[in-house]
Order: sequence, then C-alpha cells, then structure tokens
Amino acid sequence: MHKSKLMEVWVGIFAFIGIAGLVFLAYEVSSLSHTTGENTYSVTAKFTNVGGLKARSPVTISGVKIGEVTSIAYDQEIYEAVVIMAIENKYNKIPEDTSASIFTAGLLGEQYIGLDPGGSEDYLADESEIDITQSAIVLEKVIGEFLFSQTADEGED
Amino acid sequence: MVINTLQYMIHAFLHVLADAFQRLGRSHIFLFHTIIGFPSVLIRPLLLTKQIYMVGVLSLVIIIVSGMFVGGVLALQLYYELLKFGAENSLGVLNAISLVRELGPVVAGLLYSGRACSALSAEIGLMKATEQLSGMEMMAIDPIKRVIAPRFMAGIISMPVLAITFSTLGIIGGHLIGVDLLGIDEGAFWSQMQVKVNFYSDVMNGVVKSLVFGFVATWIALYQGYDAVPTSEGVSRATTKTVVYASLAILALDFVLTALMYGEI
Repeated sequence: MHKSKLMEVWVGIFAFIGIAGLVFLAYEVSSLSHTTGENTYSVTAKFTNVGGLKARSPVTISGVKIGEVTSIAYDQEIYEAVVIMAIENKYNKIPEDTSASIFTAGLLGEQYIGLDPGGSEDYLADESEIDITQSAIVLEKVIGEFLFSQTADEGED
Repeated sequence: MVINTLQYMIHAFLHVLADAFQRLGRSHIFLFHTIIGFPSVLIRPLLLTKQIYMVGVLSLVIIIVSGMFVGGVLALQLYYELLKFGAENSLGVLNAISLVRELGPVVAGLLYSGRACSALSAEIGLMKATEQLSGMEMMAIDPIKRVIAPRFMAGIISMPVLAITFSTLGIIGGHLIGVDLLGIDEGAFWSQMQVKVNFYSDVMNGVVKSLVFGFVATWIALYQGYDAVPTSEGVSRATTKTVVYASLAILALDFVLTALMYGEI
C-alpha cells in the first residue's frame, strides 16, 4: 500500500510538471499573455509603403510597447496600405496630431510602428485615424539613391 | 528450368507480400481491440497510474538531462553563427521555435521509444514467452484489457508531457548558455521570443505531434511484444524491431506532420 501511494505521488508530480511546462510555454515563451483582446481600441493609419510590417508587429511610443498591428490591407482607391492597430485602453491620452512612422529594430530586426505624440488637446479615440504618417524605409531604395547621388557627383567633377 | 525459377520467385514474392499484409492487418485488429479495452482501464485507474509511472515518470530523468543539453548546445551553435550577422539577440526565438516545433517532440519521441517502448515490448514479449498471457486467458481475464490497454493509454498520456518537459528544459538550457554564459541581453531574449512564438501554431502543433508520436510508438511497441515469437531470441528481436520501427515511424511522421502543419507541399 505504501509503495503504491508513493507511485501515485510521483505520477502526480509528473502531471504537475507537464502542466507547469505548458503554462511556461504559453505565458513565458509564446505570447498568449498579451494577445490583444477587449481592452484595446483600434486606430487606423495609411502608409504609402509598409515594408516588412506584419500583423502582430508591435506599436510603440517612446520605445514602450502600447499595442500591436491587427491587420494590414491595401486600399486600391487611394493606392495606400491601411494599417489597423489595437492600442491598449490604458494608453488613452495620445494626442490627435500624433505621427506614425515605421521603424526597423536594428539593421536586420523586425519592423514596428513608432508613434510620436503631437501637441493637440484632443486625444485619439476608438476608430480614429492618424493623419501624419511616414512610410518604411526600404533599404534597396536608400542604397539606390545613394549610388545615384554618387554617380551624379562624379559626373560634376 | 527458367520458368520454374521465375515461378518460384513470384511465389516467394507473393508470400512475403501476403505476410506483410497479414502483419499489418493483425496490428490494426490489435489496435482496435486495445481501443475497445480503454473503458475497462478507467474502472481500475491504479493500473494506469502504475503504467504512467513506469513509462512516463521513469523517463523523466533522461528527458530533463538531454533537454538541457540539447537546448544548451543549440544556443552555443546559434550564437557563433548569429554573431556573424550581428543578430545574436534572435537566439532566443530560434532556440524556442526549433525546440517547440521540432526537437521537443522528435527527440523526446526518440528517447521515449528507446527508454520506454523497448521495455514495454520486452516485458510483454516475456509475458508471452512465459505463458502469462495464456494463463490470464485461462482465468477468463482478457490480457488486452488487463495488460495492453493500460500501457497504451499511459504511453499516449505520457508522451506529450515528456515533449513539453523537453522543450521547457531546452529553453531554460538555452537561456543558461545564451544569457548567463555568453551574455545576450535577457530582455531581448524573452521579448523577441514572446513576439515571434505563437501559442497555437507553434506550441500546440508540437503537442499534437507528440501525441501522434506517443500513439504510434506505443502501438508499435505493444504489438511487437504481443506478436513476438515466444522464445528468448524472439523477444530480443521484438525489442530491436520496436526501437527501429518506432524511431523510423517518428521521423517519417514528423516530416508528414510538419508538411501538413506549416508547409504547402
């Protein structure tokens, strides 16, 4: 009897390890903890080029993550990409004339939206739109322009 | 003369083919009987507890130790390669994704088939060789319900737990090497991981994989033991076959499952 009880304790520990491992994988390793749910409001922004931005990319303000991109779609009437982001409700004092830019974390890192607060007294509300946007910097374009300006300089000499 | 030889060869080939199909058929009938026997396991949960202890708990040590080492060596290898691109902060993501999606289920499955399935098949083969199974039948106890079904259930339950433990310990091992030893930024290690690893498409798919591996490996082990030639040589053959077939099945199924889950082939 004693031996079988010890065995049951071990099986209990085994099951506990399994559940604890799954919880660890869910909340530490993957992002089940901060899936955007009901505690967010959505803000739209239009960009001419979103670069490598994807759904679930972070939205930051002063480098602090305040939300994430929920969807990216192309609007063929205005030839621009429409990005919808979900921002957490506790960040409800973002001025209306805030500008949104797409940045890259590091040289090869992931892309994210950085918000730069303006000076307006009115704040962004649910389903409002950010008017001032700056598109992603496409590395190939920058290199192309650089090479072009180099050859143009050489032509002047 | 030539026709005779040809006839003989065709005959032998058909014989081998029929044998293979017979074994395949028998193994499926065996599986069917085992699944029918599942409800009777629930009446005697102590049988199941004992088998989970034998199959799962006793495999825990090898899973924990190898998980730590696999995660650690993965981090070590990735670090020097990623350093060339200045992307060493992505180490956590790569480590976690490769563990959760592939290495966790597959390596845990291989270890499980080596550690637990071989024991299952040897145990049942020896039970058959010493006529314990026939003895049970004589006492009107169905050996499939009493012996096979609890072991099968225990295998299916234990395997996901072992795979999860392996992945978890692997990530901890990667953290130990990457952050504590090589000095990667701890915040980047966890935050990039949380952004890139998806719970449903990465973690849960790994768990589904491990369930399938547990099912197939345990089935192979139990069938090989049950179908063993009741001699000492037969039992040793059954054990070898179990480990070989179970490992091959796990690796082949892993490819199929990965193609189904992530790729569009």
